[in-house]
Amino acid sequence: MPLTPGKRPATVYFFGTCLVDLFDPEAGISAMDILERQGIRVVFPDAQSCCGQPAYTSGYPAEALAVAEQQVRLFVEDWPIVVPSGSCAGMMKHHWSRLFGPDHPLAAQVQAISGRIYEFTEFLVKVLNVQLEDRGQPARVVLHTSCSARREMGVHLTSRALLAQLAQVEVVQQAREAECCGFGGTFSVRHPELSAAMAADKAEALTDSGAQQLVSADCGCLANINGTLAKSGAALQGQHIASFLKSRLEPQA
Amino acid sequence: MNDATLHYMPGAGFRGRSKEVLDNPALRKSFRGAMDFLMQKRAAQFPDPARLEALRRQGEAIRKYSLSRLPDLLEQLEANLKQNGVQLHWAENPEQAQGIISEIMLRAEADLIVKGKSMVSEEIELNHALEARGIAALESDMGEYIVQLAGERPSHIIMPAIHKTKEEIARLFAEKVPGVDYTDSVDELIQIGRRVLREKFRATKVGLSGVNFAVAETGTLCLVENEGNGRMCTTVPEVHIAVTGIEKVVEKLEHVPPLLALLTRSATGQAVTTYFNWITGPRRPGELDGPKEVHLVLVDNGRTQAYARPDFRATLQCIRCGACMNHCPVYTRIGGLAYGTTYPGPIGKIISPHMLGLKGTSDLVTASSLCGACGEVCPVKIPIPELLIDLRARSQAGGADPYALHLAGEGEGRKPLVALSFKLWSRLYRSPALYRLFAFLATRFRALTPSSQGAWTRSRTPLVPARKSLHERVKERRSR
Repeated sequence: MPLTPGKRPATVYFFGTCLVDLFDPEAGISAMDILERQGIRVVFPDAQSCCGQPAYTSGYPAEALAVAEQQVRLFVEDWPIVVPSGSCAGMMKHHWSRLFGPDHPLAAQVQAISGRIYEFTEFLVKVLNVQLEDRGQPARVVLHTSCSARREMGVHLTSRALLAQLAQVEVVQQAREAECCGFGGTFSVRHPELSAAMAADKAEALTDSGAQQLVSADCGCLANINGTLAKSGAALQGQHIASFLKSRLEPQA
Repeated sequence: MNDATLHYMPGAGFRGRSKEVLDNPALRKSFRGAMDFLMQKRAAQFPDPARLEALRRQGEAIRKYSLSRLPDLLEQLEANLKQNGVQLHWAENPEQAQGIISEIMLRAEADLIVKGKSMVSEEIELNHALEARGIAALESDMGEYIVQLAGERPSHIIMPAIHKTKEEIARLFAEKVPGVDYTDSVDELIQIGRRVLREKFRATKVGLSGVNFAVAETGTLCLVENEGNGRMCTTVPEVHIAVTGIEKVVEKLEHVPPLLALLTRSATGQAVTTYFNWITGPRRPGELDGPKEVHLVLVDNGRTQAYARPDFRATLQCIRCGACMNHCPVYTRIGGLAYGTTYPGPIGKIISPHMLGLKGTSDLVTASSLCGACGEVCPVKIPIPELLIDLRARSQAGGADPYALHLAGEGEGRKPLVALSFKLWSRLYRSPALYRLFAFLATRFRALTPSSQGAWTRSRTPLVPARKSLHERVKERRSR
């Protein structure tokens, strides 16, 4: 069931996503920490792996479905499912029902799950209505929002809203903020020249923004943008918004 | 699908052609500038998101409704066209359309046709076919005229010569138009084109136009344009041939205004175009002008394939505004010619597979990051990213095929190595034990991660797994 507005759930599921699991576990831990600091019990189903998006968007629905079925079975309880990635959340919320189809034995569960999926920043802002206390040093950051977060989940505003709560953080604006960074999953290796051209333009816009740090709620974009920035020798690097928020709430000495 | 009319298989050269443009900073800058301009013009026409959304819903509903009744509406259109004295011709493929038009030309004893802008005429490669029969075709839309002089194809469905700079056009005119000296004054260039074309309109027996909407209940053909050449083509010559796709029909006159409002605003950022033509048939007794004959050629060319498959029918909702191109981060970087298809950009990627088959278009359906910018601006809400995902699946479908209704060229884009990778991937990610082992190895042996990771590391540093997976860190956290 979707949550009643204003009602705080006692427990949530945390779906870490495959990229966070292997490449940025810190983001997952930070997100779980932040949720727990809000008094929420966070349940991490151990048998989780991936939402199936890489295969689904590449044209391998059967392979994607086999993986997604495994995930659907994990969310037995009626708890919200928090996902630290707009793109994976979009897959689970919107594309799973297409992938499974109406006649699949799990179709009813998929439907129910769809209403319980929350992207991490969306959950903090819209469900928990968090008020963050910034304890960090002054910082100038730029926010990149994934296309899925923006267009499928409509949650680009919640990342921005969270950053706006941080008293010491100045958020600067990059040119063409809404334009894709060129990741697109297998697109990045299937059409490497196109993807690289898009990533280079994005990296340039982010660097030109004058920010000291890049923040994003999507590990796919971050892998692409960070890899591109690093290869070009730029000093700017991106961090998952969960890790960034945690660093502001509990600064290391 | 018909390979015979194709000059080249678009899929074969897409990557090479797009790379050529990517390596040309001047061209990229010019595309970027043009697309920025068009995006701003559109945005200025839709200041209120709620009203835009309401209008898009209305447009979508009209197109969906029209398609749901397509066979009936085409019959109704046929009956009413006949009543109005318009001769209707059905063409299943480009050859038939070419044949029909050549025959009309032959009967009219005409060896020149003056054309208003029509993407369907490009789709059926009309100029090329007529030329082979000794008939000359002259483009009268300024952009199309430029493209024709240059011996090229349109690179955008609304702005065919958007890939050309003012200076290139100036050189082209000086070189190709008799008696013209080099000038890069836009006004003068337009005057030159106008002078050339005026003469031709006067002398030509047959004019051709496209159709934006065909109204079934009245048998009216609607034509949207800015230059007046469309009106010239449809009124001055003795014979007017209109050519369009079978999906352009709507039931009622009242369906036109919302679609028109969406079309002109989305396409060029205009609230109205300079001309809007309602074509209701040939000259009637007592009338002083207008053509003596009006023909409509309705072209299928793969549209029924999309129509017959519920997953793909939304493709035909398109009203050809071009907004998806203007907003596409891929189109913006490579322009239209790189696609190698009549319709470039996002709409081209979803419609071309039905016209040309999936074999030649498999590289096009993958050439998208699925960012969704196209779907977001589409005035009739075509879910372009979802259609691309489905086309990818059809292009790569192999072995036991779950789909009852095949698409032409289905499975032809399959790459055995990629298919195998996804099989392995699926095996790994659906088995918690295997995945745990994989994650353990990947993190423990992270030092062995290859520094060269194929296409990824050509422009990026390598992806290296963390020291421990989130799974492991969660476990440690629990035992704290």
